[in-house]
Order: sequence, then C-alpha cells, then structure tokens
Amino acid sequence: MTTVAETLARPSRASFASRAWRFVARHSLTVYALLVVGYLMLPIVVVILFSFNHPTGRFNYVWHKFTFENWIHWNAVLGIQGAVEKSLEVAALATIVATALGTLIALAIVRHRFAGRGATNVLIFLPMSTPEIVMGSSLLALFLNDQNTIQLGFWTIFIAHVMFIISFVVVTVKARLIGFDRHLEEAAMDLGANEWVTFQKVTLPLLAPAILAAGLLGFALSIDDFVITYLNAGPVQTFPIFVWGVARVAVPPQVNVVASGIFLVAIALGLANVFWQYRAAKSTRGGT
Amino acid sequence: MLWLAIFFLVPMVFLGYQSLESGLFPHFEFTWQWSNFSDALSGYHTQLIRSFVYAGIATLACLVLAYPLAYWIAFRAGPWRNLFLLFIVAPFFVTYLVRTLAWLNILADQGPVVRVLRDVHVLGPDGRLLATTFAVVAGITYNFLPFMALPIYVSLEQMDPRLLEASKDLYASSTQAFLRVTLPLSMPGIVAGTLLTFIPAAGDFINAALLGTPKQAMIGNVIQAKFLESLDYPTAASLSFILMGTIMIMLLIYAKVVGSERLTG
Repeated sequence: MTTVAETLARPSRASFASRAWRFVARHSLTVYALLVVGYLMLPIVVVILFSFNHPTGRFNYVWHKFTFENWIHWNAVLGIQGAVEKSLEVAALATIVATALGTLIALAIVRHRFAGRGATNVLIFLPMSTPEIVMGSSLLALFLNDQNTIQLGFWTIFIAHVMFIISFVVVTVKARLIGFDRHLEEAAMDLGANEWVTFQKVTLPLLAPAILAAGLLGFALSIDDFVITYLNAGPVQTFPIFVWGVARVAVPPQVNVVASGIFLVAIALGLANVFWQYRAAKSTRGGT
Repeated sequence: MLWLAIFFLVPMVFLGYQSLESGLFPHFEFTWQWSNFSDALSGYHTQLIRSFVYAGIATLACLVLAYPLAYWIAFRAGPWRNLFLLFIVAPFFVTYLVRTLAWLNILADQGPVVRVLRDVHVLGPDGRLLATTFAVVAGITYNFLPFMALPIYVSLEQMDPRLLEASKDLYASSTQAFLRVTLPLSMPGIVAGTLLTFIPAAGDFINAALLGTPKQAMIGNVIQAKFLESLDYPTAASLSFILMGTIMIMLLIYAKVVGSERLTG
C-alpha cells in the first residue's frame, strides 16, 4: 500500500503531500470545532432534557420518565414564582436606568474633553476587570456601613445591578459612537435644527441599535447575576438565589423549566437576529 | 451639556466610594488594623494560590479549546458564521447556576460519563468525577469559554485576508503564514480573552461550591463565607483587597510582557 502510494505520489510529491496535509488539517479542524461546540451545547441539552424528567425521588439527577407535568405546573414549587418575578422586576428597572445613564456617559466621554476624562475611562473599565466577588463585597461593605438608613433588599440589588450594567452599556454605545459620522449632525444643524431636535431626530435613531443591544445585554446580565446579588440581597430572593438555595437540598425539575424558558426566549431573539442579518445581507447583495 | 457631567458623576462617586469603602471595616472600629491583611494572608494563602492555579489551568484550557473554534468560525464556517456565533453565546442564556448544576447531572456517579470511564478503567470502580479538582476546573473552563472565544473571533474576523495571500506570494508555507501573520494579528483577541477569562475565574466560587468539596475551596468561597456566614467583615474585606491587588500586580506584569497598548487597546 505505502509503496504504491509513494510511487504514485513521487512525480508531484511536494504538492501531493501538502495537499494531503491541508486536507487533514482542514477536516480535523472542523471536527475539533464541532466537538467544542458540542461541549458548549451539552449542559444546555441536559438542562432542557431534565426539565421533562419525572424524577423518582427528590433528586433530579437520573433520567426516569418523560412528562410535561413540570412545564404545566412550573410554579408548583414554593417560592419559585416570586423569585422569577423579582428577577424580572430588578432586571427591567436596572436595565432602563443603566442604559439611560450609560448612554449619556458614553456621549460625554466620546464628545467632550473634560478634566478627569481618562479617570472616567478607567472607572468604567474597573468593574469589568474586577472579580464579581470583590465588587459585590465592596458594595456590601458600603451598605453595611450605614445600616440605619439602608436596608438590604430590593433597592440594594437594584443599585448593584445598575452599577455593573452601566460599564457594559458604556462600552457598547461608545464603540458605535466612535464610528459615528458627525457630518450628519452638522447637516441637521445647518437645516435649522437646534441641539435637542438634532439629538432626538438624528443622534438617537442612529445610536438606537447600539442602545438596544446594550439594553438586551444588560437585561441578560442582570437576570443571570448571582454573586453580586447574593451578597447584597438580604432577605430578597431572585431566581438565581432561589436556585442556590435549593441546590443545597435537591433541585426540583421546575428550576430546569424556568431556565429552559429563559433560554428559549433568548435563543428565539438571537435566531431572529441571525435571520434578519442574513436577509439584510442578501437584499443588499441583490440590490447591487 | 453640563448636566451630562452631573449624570456621569453620580455613578463615578459610587464607584469611587465603593473602592474606598472596602478598605475600611464597617461595624468594627477603624484602627488601621494592618494585621488583618497578614492574618488573612497567612490563614488563607492555600485558597488564594489554589484560585490562581485553577484559574490559570482553566484559562489555558479555554485558549486551547477556543482558538481553533474561533479560527474555524472566522475562516471556514462561511454563511453559517452567525449561527455558530449564536452557539458560542448560547450558554449565557442559561442561568449560570443552572448550567453549572447541569454538570452535576453529566458527571454524576450514576451518570454515563463516569460509567464509561469506569468501564475502560480510567477511573477505579469507586472513582468519581464529582467533588474532584477536575470537575471544578472543567466547570470553570466551561463557564468562561465564550469569554475567550468571542474576542479571538473578533480579532480574526477583522483580519485582512489579503495579508495571508501576500505571505503566500512571498513563499510562506501555511504553517509559517499562520505563525507569522495570523497568530500575531490575533494577539489582541488572545490577550483580551485571557483577561476576561482569568480575572472572573480567579474570583469564582460557584463551581468550587457546587462541583467540588471544601478541599477545592477557592478564595471566593472564603470571602463569601466570611461575609455571609461568619460575619467576619474585616477578614472578608481584606481578602477581597488581596485578591484584587494580586490581580492588579499580575495585570501589570502581563502588560509589561505583552505591551500595555494591547491591554487598553
């Protein structure tokens, strides 16, 4: 076999060898990449699968029987519904406030030269480069400092969430602002629009995709956050804190149901976005 | 536009306040107790070192897993690119705790992975995966893999393919082209990815708490327990500070090695 292959290959040996090498390289890379994707997907599949499990005992570790029960009675577990609602409340409120503030900060940093601009840049970067546990504990230290006026609970969670979402909003919006064509604003001004009208009619619509993206990112971060929330929650339970609580005893399949539900909503949005981009790309290609 | 400045000052004050506050010890008298730091360090240096070792291994594992994936998506996935990007971020959409708990199912003693490994004698008949260092590091690797893959993808995606053609024209082999052109150009992504992975991984305590035992406890577990269970705020605060300080020092060294413009760039 080898001798045949060698004699066959000899005339164009270099090119054959390199072509064979490239073939192997290309396909092993594909296989490897798909394996990594599989690794990423595995727990998700498990989460969704076990949301349909009918566990034998208290533990939802071993597959037993398929059932829709958990989905129909998703709030049958004490406290789960309240926790989910609390999570959504915090996420919605914190996202709105953080997105508004973050957009303004981004505008200020990119558009204006002011004293402490560099320092602001560093401050924005800081929360993203500190471990969550440090951020959470320093906020807790701040809140504990003044226990007479500050009660740990909904509002401390809210403040904490606004804090860490802002950074991500600023970074996202800033990226868009840097590639922003200021001539458009100047044109609006030339056409007699004042600053506020220009901001409303030109700047804001152009920034809208970035602001929307930042808001969605913030919402996702907020709803998912455990470490910072846990430290600053006091008696309030959000969904991740609820999960942490039951994880020490036994996780009911309803937790998987809620997690799968959140996942499916998010992935639907993501797929819609992929589809939309694909169509947009296609239509621009068709247009030219 | 002055009011913008006011609006941005509010969170800035918060941030400044926060970073200053943890140095003080609320509820306890403020007496310049520097010994808190040395006590914390001597009491918990094992967990601290363990945190950085775990985070380091997980970061390397992430790099090894993520780089080929990002490369493949950037250059080979063609029209499926966005779909695969969605696959990368998909784990984010499942609550952190729940996706970590899913590893409990996968690695469970009665689960398929352990059974297969026992059958092929990689594990002994009583061997387990849960509650081991392996489980904790694998959990961390899994949870932070997207943080590594995305920046690398972005830097590869921005690359001008003509550079590769040029290197080929100059008689570079594909290995040479990769080492001399692709790899250096993707360095910013690698740098950003390692930071985004290493820093949160070092402070993580969820994986160690859920997939490990006290023997795998990391510094985050200690801080969390000190704050919420033993209410020992001074030690917890100084541990937080030590963690942040150590990371800062590592960042500076890292910046020296790779060049500081790449860190902030």
